[in-house]
Amino acid sequence: MNVLVWAEQVDGRLRKSALHAVSAGAALGPVTVLLLGSGAERAAGEAASVRGVAKVRHAANDAAELTAESLAGLVVQAVRATEATHVIAAATPLAKVTLPRACAQLDVMQLSEVVRIDSPSTFVRPLYAGSALATVESTDPVKVATVRVSAFAAAPVGSGAGGEAIEALELHVPASPTRLIARNAKNAVDVDLADARVVVSGGRGMSSAEQFKVLEPLASKLGAAVGASRAAVDAGYAPPERQVGQTGRIVAPEIYLAFGISGAVQHLAGMKDSRKIIAVNKDPEAPIFQVADIGLVADLFEVVPVLERSL
Amino acid sequence: MKLLVAVKRVVDPNLRISIRPDGSGVETAGLKTVVNPFDEVAIEQAVRLKEAGIASEVVLVSIGPAAAKDTLRAGLALGADRGVLVQSDGAEVECLAVAKLLAAVARRENAAMVLLGKQSVDNDAAQCGPMLAGLLEWPQASLAARLRVEGEKLMATCDTEDGTDELELGLPCIVTAELRLVEPRYATLPNVMAARRKPIETVAASSLVDAAALAPRLRTLKVEAVDTRRHVEMLRDAGELAERLQELMA
Repeated sequence: MNVLVWAEQVDGRLRKSALHAVSAGAALGPVTVLLLGSGAERAAGEAASVRGVAKVRHAANDAAELTAESLAGLVVQAVRATEATHVIAAATPLAKVTLPRACAQLDVMQLSEVVRIDSPSTFVRPLYAGSALATVESTDPVKVATVRVSAFAAAPVGSGAGGEAIEALELHVPASPTRLIARNAKNAVDVDLADARVVVSGGRGMSSAEQFKVLEPLASKLGAAVGASRAAVDAGYAPPERQVGQTGRIVAPEIYLAFGISGAVQHLAGMKDSRKIIAVNKDPEAPIFQVADIGLVADLFEVVPVLERSL
Repeated sequence: MKLLVAVKRVVDPNLRISIRPDGSGVETAGLKTVVNPFDEVAIEQAVRLKEAGIASEVVLVSIGPAAAKDTLRAGLALGADRGVLVQSDGAEVECLAVAKLLAAVARRENAAMVLLGKQSVDNDAAQCGPMLAGLLEWPQASLAARLRVEGEKLMATCDTEDGTDELELGLPCIVTAELRLVEPRYATLPNVMAARRKPIETVAASSLVDAAALAPRLRTLKVEAVDTRRHVEMLRDAGELAERLQELMA
């Protein structure tokens, strides 16, 4: 069994989601980490120090700003070069647009948003916004899976194979039919939603983009990331990258605070695995209270300042 | 410029689903179905390109049982011109096979662009678009939040982990739609009536690709319901919540 984990890196630093992907891969066997693009070699040392990592392969170090098309081609080549039987990546936006393209070239199915790995060929994944879990067996020669970050603990850093495990992989960077004109990064200083211990989210009950900001001081005191429901994003109260739910980010923090969120199924899909769920809503009938551990029927604009002052 | 839009028949996402007693899958019989909401966005975008004089025709394609004809009709009522039903009876068609069938239709129709929703709300796999792009070796604008056509190029703003990417693509290409790409219109009664007269061609899945392409790669061993309900402890006031939050943070 050769387990290849494609670990995303930005400017020589691993994305935190990559540590979760390594721990999913390590459940299968010793992990070969694949690092691609400019910064790959610089990220190799960090990758080699992650528990469960046996080998690190870096490639395309000269290629700045790779597109999904080029990355898919590189993943396919790496699968062949390492004779991978498994390809695992965190279910990030980039992996979601890249790996299915690679699967088409490998002529295999992809197992998406896997939450549990039962055997080298058996994977568990959610359906219908998490209302059901399917246990699926793959008969493909190469198993390609994206894993849900919230379902696998981050692999610890500082106990991996070390520097001798690192090698360059000679791959040909495929020409991209798409030209990347600009990359707009936002909220780089914010606490990452996927990794936050506490998430403070607002819904339609926040009433306006201006009033949505009342969550920020509370989030900052809690060291929390700010999330939003789709209703809040659709109404323009919060930017799309803050959206928690079936079609946004999937989070499972220690504490999830939901303010003015009714609790639509598609929102629950993104936060139902949180350790403790606290809901504040004016409507006592709001479905969010059915999935919450602690509830308070109240005006959030009166509650938030009280919480903030108490911390 | 001909646009092809892939539409999937899905159970109305507002309905509560149940699992078959033998755990073999989700019971969908008798439940109301709709056009996958993300595909509605893709249809709307395609129709707007036609209304702007950029596209000449909007063709919808759906892969599924005969009942998917109703799904195509619902899509035609939003302004598309005609439909193609790729009929597959029996087992569910996996994403890879769907992508192979869509590739065959895209080639046959000589489409300049194939638009799809970024994911379906039943399977949540979000694979079909990039898989199709990979099979056709076409450029892809995935998770598209905004797009415009400039001559023979497509300019797209696509969502990423940290924000957005601005991409320039040659045609033909694949687009997968985010919900915020455009807001779908409601079908007016006259348009629903007009859609009844629009042509829908039915082709057998087996006539487009060989049997090996349709062979399943995955086997569902079991499907279980997930009960998300918890026992909620209702508090009296904000002060009490502040105390509980402090305890949890400690």
